[in-house]
Amino acid sequence: MYDFKYQLANSQDDAVSAQSSAEDGSFLAGGMTLIPTLKQRLAQPSDLVDLSGISDLIGVSAEGDSVTIGSMTTHAEVASSEIVSSKIPALAALAGNIGDPQVRNRGTIGGSIANNDPAADYPAACVALNATIITNNRKIPADNFFTGLFETALEDGELITAVTFPIPDKAAYAKFPNPASRYAIVGVMVAHTGGETRAAVTGASDSGVFRSSEIENALGDNLDSSAAKAVSISADGLNNDIHASSEYRAHLVSIMASRAATAAG
Amino acid sequence: MPTVSMTVNGESVSSEVEPRTLLVQYLRENLGLTGTHVGCDTSQCGACVVHVNGKSAKSCTMLAVQAEGSEVSTIEGLADGDTLHPMQEAFRENHGLQCGFCTPGMVMSAIDLVQTNSDPSEHDVREWLEGNLCRCTGYHNIVKSILAGAKAMQG
Ligand SMILES: Cc1cc2nc3c(=O)[nH]c(=O)nc-3n(C[C@H](O)[C@H](O)[C@H](O)COP(=O)(O)OP(=O)(O)OC[C@H]3O[C@@H](n4cnc5c(N)ncnc54)[C@H](O)[C@@H]3O)c2cc1C
Ligand code: FES
Ligand code: FES
Repeated sequence: MYDFKYQLANSQDDAVSAQSSAEDGSFLAGGMTLIPTLKQRLAQPSDLVDLSGISDLIGVSAEGDSVTIGSMTTHAEVASSEIVSSKIPALAALAGNIGDPQVRNRGTIGGSIANNDPAADYPAACVALNATIITNNRKIPADNFFTGLFETALEDGELITAVTFPIPDKAAYAKFPNPASRYAIVGVMVAHTGGETRAAVTGASDSGVFRSSEIENALGDNLDSSAAKAVSISADGLNNDIHASSEYRAHLVSIMASRAATAAG
Repeated sequence: MPTVSMTVNGESVSSEVEPRTLLVQYLRENLGLTGTHVGCDTSQCGACVVHVNGKSAKSCTMLAVQAEGSEVSTIEGLADGDTLHPMQEAFRENHGLQCGFCTPGMVMSAIDLVQTNSDPSEHDVREWLEGNLCRCTGYHNIVKSILAGAKAMQG
């Protein structure tokens, strides 16, 4: 690991100003992605600004027809939250299935979506549930947030403060995990919210999460699982690596969509 | 260099460290607590699992400075004199180890499981061990040990 300066921010303003006055500052959340990246010398920030001391970034609240999760809320906290479990059980289940217990004890929703790993789970939930990503200076619809491989709409130094999820009528996530890493080889979140059906796919494409209109049309308002299973997805542009061929991933998209639809009931 | 202070196995410690010092490095090299192992150094194997404020964490994927003000416990802090912690005793009784390299992380992880789920099923134990790898045992006796340890911790 290259050397860096470290500071613990005590408020959102403090974090944003510490990052912007640094030569090349990075926010540090759970560190479950950033620390391995630093160890491999794939990044060399001059400063790490630790967000873990900012209490108003942590926690879950429900208001009207949505649930808001602070960016520093860990996967374990989302998985065990009574609010998330009762309002959006699919989201609690997704969080409880990320990585392993130690990753869930430290990894955060903000870190996961800022990182936008093409095989991460949360991006699928954000897109399928039509979430809004709230930063220190604006609100970004999930549809515009995830822009490509490890790329997001965040500007340099922009801090994610929370994510707001509209409560769906029905939703479920089905993931075919890589047996070693637990990241998704393919994961599909399906949701029906206020008359709209959405299906978001992670793991399959190397440009990250995407909505599949073919799956959405097949699912229809009733989340028809057998219709989803019958959809033939093109392998063009899908990941092809030692874990799975693009044809296999294409096949898994329909299967996972169908399993998610069955689970959503 | 920044100064980091924390409680390790009930004792206050304070040292100057480079910010890039990993928690596991700090425990092993500064404090001499070599019971916490480094297996993979890539966040996969769980040999380095300790508790930070009561929750299991991979100490190879945490900076020592991130543990500022925390209560850290390691495998060395479990036994009470010559009396092993019930989970350690269960590993011994059930032959839950062969070479023993993964064992400290397994035991620390297992205790966190029992804290969140006091009566785990075999399935719960196997799921929970997702982040702990063992190259020797085939896991069977580890699972048996944890089920026995969970019972003993209740008793
Ligand atoms: C063994 C292992 C298995 C895993 N398995 C899975 C899995 O199955 N599914 C899955 O989805 N993920 C998985 N992960 C990744 C895990 O979910 C991480 O927690 C997550 O990717 C990053 O979150 P973090 O809080 O650790 O962020 P960090 O590593 O601290 O930060 C990641 C990046 O986000 C930036 N950042 C962090 N917080 C903010 C913020 N509030 N605003 C702006 N930028 C921010 C940081 O600057 C950094 O660039 C796994 C990780 C490991 C080590
Ligand atoms: S050494 Fe930390 S997970 Fe392997
Ligand atoms: S007993 Fe040897 S690695 Fe587990």
